[in-house]
Amino acid sequence: MIEAIRECLGQEMEADKRVVVIGEDVGVLGGVFRATDGLQARFGKERVVDMPLAEGVIVGSGIGLAMSGLRPVIELQFLGFGHQAFHQIGQQVARLRYRSQGRHSLPLVIRSPFGGGVRTPELHSDAFEAFYTHTPGLKVVAPATAYDAKGLLAAAMESDDPVLYLEPLKGYRLTKDEVPDERYTVPLGKLRVARAGTDVTLIAWSAAVNVAERAAEELFEQGISVEVLDLRSLNPLDIEGITESVVKTGRVAILHEAPLTGGFGSELIATIQQECFYNLEAPIIRITAPDTPYPLGGVEDLYIPDVDRVVAEVAALVKASA
Amino acid sequence: MSVSRFLPDFAPISPFSRLSESGILDSGASPMSDEAVIEALRYMMLTRVFDDKATSMQRQGRFGTFSSVRGQEASVVGAATALDPTKDWIVPQYREFPALIRHGYPIENFALYFMGNPKGGTIPPEVNMLPMQISLAAQIPQATGLAWGLKMQGGDGVVITFFGDGASSEGDFHESLNLAGIMKAPVIFFLQNNGWAISTPRENQTAARSFAERALGYGVEGVIVDGNDLLAVHEVTTQAVAKARAGGGPTLIESVTYRTGAHNTADDPTRYVDQQELEKWQQKDPVERIKNYLRSRGIWNETLEQEMLDSCAAQIDTAMEIARNTPLATSNAIFDHVYAEPPQRMLDQKSDWAHRNGGA
Repeated sequence: MIEAIRECLGQEMEADKRVVVIGEDVGVLGGVFRATDGLQARFGKERVVDMPLAEGVIVGSGIGLAMSGLRPVIELQFLGFGHQAFHQIGQQVARLRYRSQGRHSLPLVIRSPFGGGVRTPELHSDAFEAFYTHTPGLKVVAPATAYDAKGLLAAAMESDDPVLYLEPLKGYRLTKDEVPDERYTVPLGKLRVARAGTDVTLIAWSAAVNVAERAAEELFEQGISVEVLDLRSLNPLDIEGITESVVKTGRVAILHEAPLTGGFGSELIATIQQECFYNLEAPIIRITAPDTPYPLGGVEDLYIPDVDRVVAEVAALVKASA
Repeated sequence: MSVSRFLPDFAPISPFSRLSESGILDSGASPMSDEAVIEALRYMMLTRVFDDKATSMQRQGRFGTFSSVRGQEASVVGAATALDPTKDWIVPQYREFPALIRHGYPIENFALYFMGNPKGGTIPPEVNMLPMQISLAAQIPQATGLAWGLKMQGGDGVVITFFGDGASSEGDFHESLNLAGIMKAPVIFFLQNNGWAISTPRENQTAARSFAERALGYGVEGVIVDGNDLLAVHEVTTQAVAKARAGGGPTLIESVTYRTGAHNTADDPTRYVDQQELEKWQQKDPVERIKNYLRSRGIWNETLEQEMLDSCAAQIDTAMEIARNTPLATSNAIFDHVYAEPPQRMLDQKSDWAHRNGGA
């Protein structure tokens, strides 16, 4: 997946001179995960800029760069450090178009890895997407595959709306799938049916999609047909695509790495019961992290929902309502 | 080998000034032509007229909470008149009425904004400014990025951003000076030290003797100027603009002035402002000072002043009339301009709202 992101950045920079990449360690080092590896050598220090270590001004100056006519791609090294820039993202990035009555548009992308599973130090792994989906004006996408990583990033960079583009830390190297060489986009707001099924809809995004798919495989062997939805984009949300699946299966499980309370799963449940309450054959379940801070890496496997847990909870859901 | 120490200096410093408190120019040449001074004075008087009008309308419930410029007119106008509106940008806070008007922002939009009408936020396409900023200091990184981006694209536009002594305690101020120094961004950080952040005195914002010398820590030039002296403010800002345009990078200007009014119309400064100190600053009124200067040049009198006041009043009345006659927005205004491509869900909400409120 990391190669797909890098290839996309390179192709977009090649095609549009207004694209600049700024962030911590994005230049010579190529980013701590190498997403920007080689870009500075290709496009120069003016367009691939190592920034001082200050997330607030990285995002805040990105707004100014966009105002000046450029199309900045901002790398936040880890979403866990996004709080240092939260005032710029939540108050400023998301509202500038609105506050200026459309005079200023904000074509910027904030890329940031998030989620756990790779034994990082503290505060690197939190799944904070729900903070940002509660921020009108900001689009939030979270690809699960390398194909989507490239296509959604290209779409985000093409968009005149600001986009928070979340990259699965765990999927960077783990996720491998076919990626075309040429440029293409994947539209924002269209989910992907990762696996078709008939008994239960299992909704996930980002790194959790892989867990969901593996659980679905095991459940299939137990005779349970699981439809796995990869949301791809949290805002805009593909309500139609979700509804279509739920009408078919009648059962829903939502899987996310973030804590339970106030997580994006809550929003999905509220939406689903409103759209298709009478198609439901069982209460919707959530398989999530507990309502605790993200723990140190040594116990993160106990924190993030794993395949075994998903299999057990989805099987119980289906059996209870069979 | 001795230890390198960098000790704070507490010896008093005098802000740069050109006019005495009674408006007499020092022995040097004026940095502004008489015509330019009269034009600047008009912006200062226009601001007084607007502030008085808006305050009285606010008391009658016809205007929202807003912050007058009183006491800081020379500071704002002196800085603004150093800019070229065709290519320079203003990234404002909210107490810079005359700077925005000179740059081309319509007075009626300024009024509509404080009346709570979203149309007030409309910035005409040819006016180089960002919206007013209420979240203090958040505009400073944006100004820095804007300046850096203009420079990156080979333009010679310069950006000025306004903020106060209080806002300079925010991280955004420090992060921005740091970045601007590194990138040599053509930006002027115009810090109006007006003595107060609502009720918190300047002494509670920093132990340093000045705000200007904070620039040194970021490898940036700092300047301290008498903010009630139009000519001095104009002169140092003009120099900073010229330097930035020539590729010389940013400048932090501390304009030492005093907020002789309230923080805003909801504030009661009698609870915290020392009356004697206030009177001392009222004696240094920037408008009187520049009028005295013009009198000393033999080019100002009662008749001219009355003419200017009348024309300012007419201009403000016209703008206020337009603002008052602008219909309050429909519910569509809540949804317009949130996105370039709105999510369907928000569009559904937009039609629900319109339906509930009797149609868009």
